[in-house]
Amino acid sequence: MNETLMLTVLTIITAATPLVYAAIGELVVERSGVLNLGVEGMMLAGAVCSFAVAHHTGSATLAILAGLLAGMLLASIFAFLTLSLQSSQVATGLALTIFGIGLSALLGQSLVGIAFAGLPSLHIPWLSDLPVVGRLLFSHDVLVYGSFAIVLLVSWFLNRSRAGLVLRAVGDSHDAAHALGIKVIRVRYMATLFGGACAGLGGAYLSLVYTPMWAENMSAGRGWIALALVVFAVWQPGRLLLGAYLFGGISILQLHGQALGINVPSQLMSMLPYLTTILVLVLISRDRGRIRRNAPASIGQSFYPTS
Amino acid sequence: MIALQRRADPSRLMGYLAPLLALGITLLAGLMLFAILGVPVGAAFYAFFIEPVSSLYGWAELGVKAAPLIIIAVALSIGFRAQVWNIGAEGQLILGGITGAAVALMFHQNDGWYVLPLMVLAGIAGGMAWAAIPALLKTRFNVNEILTSLMLTYVAVLLLSWLVSGPMRDPDGFNFPESRMFHDAALLPRILEGTRLHAGAMVAVGVVLAGWILLTRTLLGFALRVNGAAPRAGAHAGFSQPKLIWTALMIGGGCAGLAGLFEVAGPIGQLLPSISPGYGFTAIIVAFLGRLHPVGVLFAGLIMALSYLGGESAQITLSLPLAVTGVFQGMLLFFLLATDVLINYRVVFK
Amino acid sequence: MPEPISPKAETGNGVPLVEMRGISKAYPGCLANDSIDLKLHSGGVHALLGENGAGKSTLVKILYGLLASDSGEIHWQGEPVHISSPAVARELGIAMVFQHFSLFDSLNVLENIALGMDVDADDALEQRISDVSTRYGLPLDPRRSVYSLSVGERQRIEIVRCLLQDPRLLIMDEPTSVLTPAEVSELFATLKRLAEEGMAILYISHKLEEIRQLCDEATILRLGRKVAEADPRAESARSLASLMMGSEVPLMQAKRQADVGEVLLALDELSLPAVDNHDIALKNLHLQVRAGQIVGIAGVAGNGQDELLQALSGERRLAQAEALTLCGEAVGRQGAALRRQKGLCCVPEERLGHAAVPSLSLSENAFLTAHHRKSLGFSWFTSASRSRRFAREIIERFNVQCHGPQSLASSLSGGNLQKFIVGREILQAPRVLVVSQPTWGVDAGAALAIHEALRELADQGAAVLMISQDLDELMQNCEYIGALCAGRLSDFHRVQDITVQQVGLLMGGEQLSGVEA
Repeated sequence: MNETLMLTVLTIITAATPLVYAAIGELVVERSGVLNLGVEGMMLAGAVCSFAVAHHTGSATLAILAGLLAGMLLASIFAFLTLSLQSSQVATGLALTIFGIGLSALLGQSLVGIAFAGLPSLHIPWLSDLPVVGRLLFSHDVLVYGSFAIVLLVSWFLNRSRAGLVLRAVGDSHDAAHALGIKVIRVRYMATLFGGACAGLGGAYLSLVYTPMWAENMSAGRGWIALALVVFAVWQPGRLLLGAYLFGGISILQLHGQALGINVPSQLMSMLPYLTTILVLVLISRDRGRIRRNAPASIGQSFYPTS
Repeated sequence: MIALQRRADPSRLMGYLAPLLALGITLLAGLMLFAILGVPVGAAFYAFFIEPVSSLYGWAELGVKAAPLIIIAVALSIGFRAQVWNIGAEGQLILGGITGAAVALMFHQNDGWYVLPLMVLAGIAGGMAWAAIPALLKTRFNVNEILTSLMLTYVAVLLLSWLVSGPMRDPDGFNFPESRMFHDAALLPRILEGTRLHAGAMVAVGVVLAGWILLTRTLLGFALRVNGAAPRAGAHAGFSQPKLIWTALMIGGGCAGLAGLFEVAGPIGQLLPSISPGYGFTAIIVAFLGRLHPVGVLFAGLIMALSYLGGESAQITLSLPLAVTGVFQGMLLFFLLATDVLINYRVVFK
Repeated sequence: MPEPISPKAETGNGVPLVEMRGISKAYPGCLANDSIDLKLHSGGVHALLGENGAGKSTLVKILYGLLASDSGEIHWQGEPVHISSPAVARELGIAMVFQHFSLFDSLNVLENIALGMDVDADDALEQRISDVSTRYGLPLDPRRSVYSLSVGERQRIEIVRCLLQDPRLLIMDEPTSVLTPAEVSELFATLKRLAEEGMAILYISHKLEEIRQLCDEATILRLGRKVAEADPRAESARSLASLMMGSEVPLMQAKRQADVGEVLLALDELSLPAVDNHDIALKNLHLQVRAGQIVGIAGVAGNGQDELLQALSGERRLAQAEALTLCGEAVGRQGAALRRQKGLCCVPEERLGHAAVPSLSLSENAFLTAHHRKSLGFSWFTSASRSRRFAREIIERFNVQCHGPQSLASSLSGGNLQKFIVGREILQAPRVLVVSQPTWGVDAGAALAIHEALRELADQGAAVLMISQDLDELMQNCEYIGALCAGRLSDFHRVQDITVQQVGLLMGGEQLSGVEA
């Protein structure tokens, strides 16, 4: 296999992984009927916290855990405001993003410019040593494998488990779910916290692996792209994985454009992921019936148990 | 046990009290944050809230910062009332700056009276054009305007960065990514000698007035409010939803573009890679803090402007990171959203 | 787990299956239940009878664990129990079919049933569903998605879900309001069979005839209090009604003789495509309404009523201008505002969110649809004082109970808001008025006022088109009646020449032969 091609594929994987995490979390959140626009903020919090812990302890495990917890912490603010205090999900999500950007910049003040060795790749005896396939499939860090595992897990959870059925029911009609005695608020709290944890992991991947360092606003809109990916995936985990890798590929194109002989200013190349996001949203959303069939019916609505 | 009980009617009193309560709590939380950061609380308080407005220059600076916030936030309030979530005002601001600057650069050897009015029109048109994309995509293809307007903000930032380092770069600027300095005829008149307070501040007051009349006294404002509160009732009354979406986005884009033009033709005087410290995003907070009401936005804009000045002053005197401002703004919006619960619910202790 | 039903087990020993004693529940501003007693016996069908707002729903929600009572106690087979949640109620053996179904559109029948039962959606459950549905004549395909089902089929899911739990007590909340007459008799057969097998049934309704047919005991509520216990088979519908409403019921209005006025509203080959599979397509509708007439359209909800109203109001424009003629002018391609200016006013079914904006005041809601015909503004501008004056006029003329024009629409009771909305349209002196479900969920007094106002409007020379699920309402008020079924209109018949059963056939999509149209 061509060395450049191999490298390209490996970079696509690193570019796609944070998107997979952030988007799969948001997918679960939205399937429960909650729209959390704060993904960008939660990713940044995850990125800065995991980098700080990695820098101070040197432990990759603790760093990943820190990213996960930071995302969850921010998500818990969102959950408390929207679920317990009935605040608008759109406004609260925006607030979460603004807060996350500010908080991460504040916390990361002393971390700017420090480098980090990155996560070690897992060495799987025998498999990792296979030619081509070994490097392509069996020489990644734990977070890459984790991203595939989590998509599989979510897919199983939503379509096969009873808890997943309950979650889908809550997202479809919270009033009907409440009438059946399902604890709507509790289900949504758990979904929102899961989404926060995933966004935090996505952020951790950015600062630990993708560009092993911390920089202000380093997620550069990936949280918003993750939100768009959920729409692209019409709320189906399998399609989400596909979409994340498509976007990974496009952002790589921007990095390697020059090398591939595309002579376009770097700024214009950097617009590609954002323009692609818009294009993809157009292609998916123009089919109104499809969106209406697949979108969780009660998404974005506050729930106050009246009876 | 503390529980919430829905009020029969929303409380008007709480509508006014909630923002004040939120401000108070933010202040307390902020002081706690300073204490945690190991900053002397008293000094931080002074640097943040008193020092910026302890001189005439400081007050003028407050106006310089508040003007764009208010202009954008009034327009956003009108859109948010109609449930049109244009959160890409920052991008529309940048486009307004670019198109306005393009006119200024085109006429850089010309001091005609018409240069500035042309720039104003170009700025408004630039912002509107940028907002027209989400409007078109929303009305034609049902695409969520939150995501498109936001994606276009990233595109606008990159576009500006490319323009100042390429086509619009100052030919005598030693390759710095900056445009030429504007000709005097392309600069906004100052309204207070010795300060940077420019005519944009007066325009902001005019925008507040116009927004207030639009929302409370006109059929269009009524239609926008109905569309936000109950879109089907609006359709039943015969208000066209696509037209309202277009209107809301055009107002938002136009005002953001105008604010962008005011930045380049006011305090900055040229095109730089960054022409706004996030006014377009902060205006979202201003809009909510001002209760989506133009008069409320006026006060909220001043408070948010103070948070920018306070952040800068705290950076200088206490070497606190500038990011503190963002944390403050985010906290304020959180607390406001939290205290808003008191408008529709009453807290009962069981 | 509850034990399986043993037929006629403890009907003999006299201990009621359920006894509710002194149940009270207050909401801010109203006492929904005031010390109510209720006894239910196995094998009996017990009616809970009352007007809208009498407190029926509150009482059964307390029994089903959805609401906690402020005071009072519940005994189950003589033992005091605390029903803190629906799960506890189900554990005891109480099942409930709601008026508004607790179904999930995006899930299939099997998943919906599994959710209500705390079991997995597996093959075993699928088998049990088929068993129960064949046994009680309730056909259901477990793998169908709910959004594709009719209202009657949806109700079947609810009933099957309840029966799968082998309940001792089945609560039915206004089950027939959404069914065709044929579906009603099938349901009654099922319920009678269940009672014979020893189940207790609590049947909530305000329809007197069906209670007399089905039930052997009745508890009557009025304004939150229990006013009587009666044997419905020994009472006349009239005596039950006077118990329910607390005063002598006014006589049914004599039928008016129809004037043959000019045709004000005409539908000619009116068609409207479905936007997606949640919608019904309207197919080639023909209809004429003359000045002075009230024409009724019967039909079960979900057969195109919403779409018809939107096509008539102009919320959805038609492809052909000639498909809709208003006072001789083809208006099919015009929008809602223009049609209203030309004299076509509409009252949609959904009060909050469609006919009125919940978060706006009554004067703003008056402005909403009347600003042009009543000149409530000056070209681009609104006039708060004129809107307020018009709102006050509506409130006075239609006796709307509220705190004045500044009250929010959401703060009014259903009946008062409906009077306000109907009044708002009538006071605009429309040439044509289209009303959908004018008295749905409205108390008897308000319903009477609304019917009178509509008849008065017709007498003054307007054409009125009434779309309703309530056959009694249509038979009482209309000159002609037809039905909407799956987006098609039946032929129209003079009310004198047609029976309720025949309208039922029309609602099922059949044509009548031998009746002059």
